[in-house]
Amino acid sequence: MTLDPNQPISFSPLHRLQWEEAQQKDVILYPEGMVELNQSSAEILKLCDGQRKPEQIVTELEQKFSQTGLTNDIQHFLEVALQNGWIQQP
Amino acid sequence: MAGSNNLKITPPRWLLAELTYKCPLQCPYCSNPLDYSKHNSEISTKDWKRVLSQARKMGAVQLGFSGGEPLTRQDLPELVQHARQLGYYSNLITSGYGLTEDKIIQLKEAGLDHIQVSIQASSQELNDHLAGTESYQTKKEVAHLVKKHDYPMVLCVVIHRENIHQMPEILAMAEELGADYLELANTQYYGWAHKNRDLLMPTKEQFEKAEAIAQAFKEKVADKMKIYYVIPDFYEDRPKACMNGWGTTFLTIAPDGVALPCHSARELPGLDCPNVTDYSVEEIWNDSKAFNFFRGTEWMKEPCRSCDEKEKDFGGCRCQAYILTGDMNNTDPVCSKSPDRHVIQEALDSARKSALSKDEQPLIFRNSKNSKKYS
Repeated sequence: MTLDPNQPISFSPLHRLQWEEAQQKDVILYPEGMVELNQSSAEILKLCDGQRKPEQIVTELEQKFSQTGLTNDIQHFLEVALQNGWIQQP
Repeated sequence: MAGSNNLKITPPRWLLAELTYKCPLQCPYCSNPLDYSKHNSEISTKDWKRVLSQARKMGAVQLGFSGGEPLTRQDLPELVQHARQLGYYSNLITSGYGLTEDKIIQLKEAGLDHIQVSIQASSQELNDHLAGTESYQTKKEVAHLVKKHDYPMVLCVVIHRENIHQMPEILAMAEELGADYLELANTQYYGWAHKNRDLLMPTKEQFEKAEAIAQAFKEKVADKMKIYYVIPDFYEDRPKACMNGWGTTFLTIAPDGVALPCHSARELPGLDCPNVTDYSVEEIWNDSKAFNFFRGTEWMKEPCRSCDEKEKDFGGCRCQAYILTGDMNNTDPVCSKSPDRHVIQEALDSARKSALSKDEQPLIFRNSKNSKKYS
């Protein structure tokens, strides 16, 4: 399973992404489990809305945080997220 | 009190709501206490809602509705809805018995996130024998319906000597039913399973063969199914990190409102486990004797006290230490450093002898009649 640069990414319907007030963190929830996210991972996943393709996600986050050169980091995280089943492509 | 006062207490993350001890099944490895029939009162819907709210406020996020069979509580949809409003991730841990399509839809609308269905074996004959109730076809239908209504599905199969030979068929069944997760839970020997241990404990050869088959399958289906493999710790030389450490993560509430640091802790002497009808969850979690009893490492005896792995496994399981050595403060005898390790070998030898014997005793099924007998 590898990331297809030409396909939009959606967040998995079998997982839930949620802000946890007690932990001051975004988390991914799934059957009997939880993954705590750092801020950048959470920002990436929030853009996986079934519309945006990988490149658009990079562009938007670089603009939002006034940074460049985020492609590799974001690409790497998306691969991990795909392997874990947190995101999917058609 | 054994616990230390200088600990940083972490908030609960996991709330296990054992709504009832009532169950239409009679599985002989049930983790409920043997004397469950003594504790037959159930707290009210209002009590449960208050507990859910209080635990959520502290930071609990995973919620298991369990039992017994939680579907026997008529207020389950109302509790699920309350849990959803609070932001819990709700898991229904069910036998599937009595779960109709209407109910599946109703629970989905109420906000249930996930349904875990247990199946006892891959064949109707053995499943129905182990469950003590004709339930195999119902369970398979329920598994299909769970997927049809877009829930993630965990299929849970408890593994022991009666069904371990079916490992290839169990794996094929999970694939056919479209399980997203398969929990292969080697029996843990508490409650009813402890009572039936000689009949349930697989031999080492059986265990190793089954594990190898499960591992190969895990790689084959890695893209579509995740496998949780719960190890049988009797064949390990280090204990499990039970409950992720006492009073750090898990909070169980029994049907009658008794708050437990783990679901077997009812069996431990002198803990005075508090009841949610008397105290708030916060008071119970932070201040009660029971939840502080084994927090941290101050309570430990040797060989745990000076062991460099004590922060890793927390001395293992307190209930296992109590059941097998008679002292809940002892090192879990699964550990090869434990002076009581011989009790594990004796248990394995005894089970092997039973397996080879021609006149094995029958299994003791979990039902009210037997519960009263062993109370």
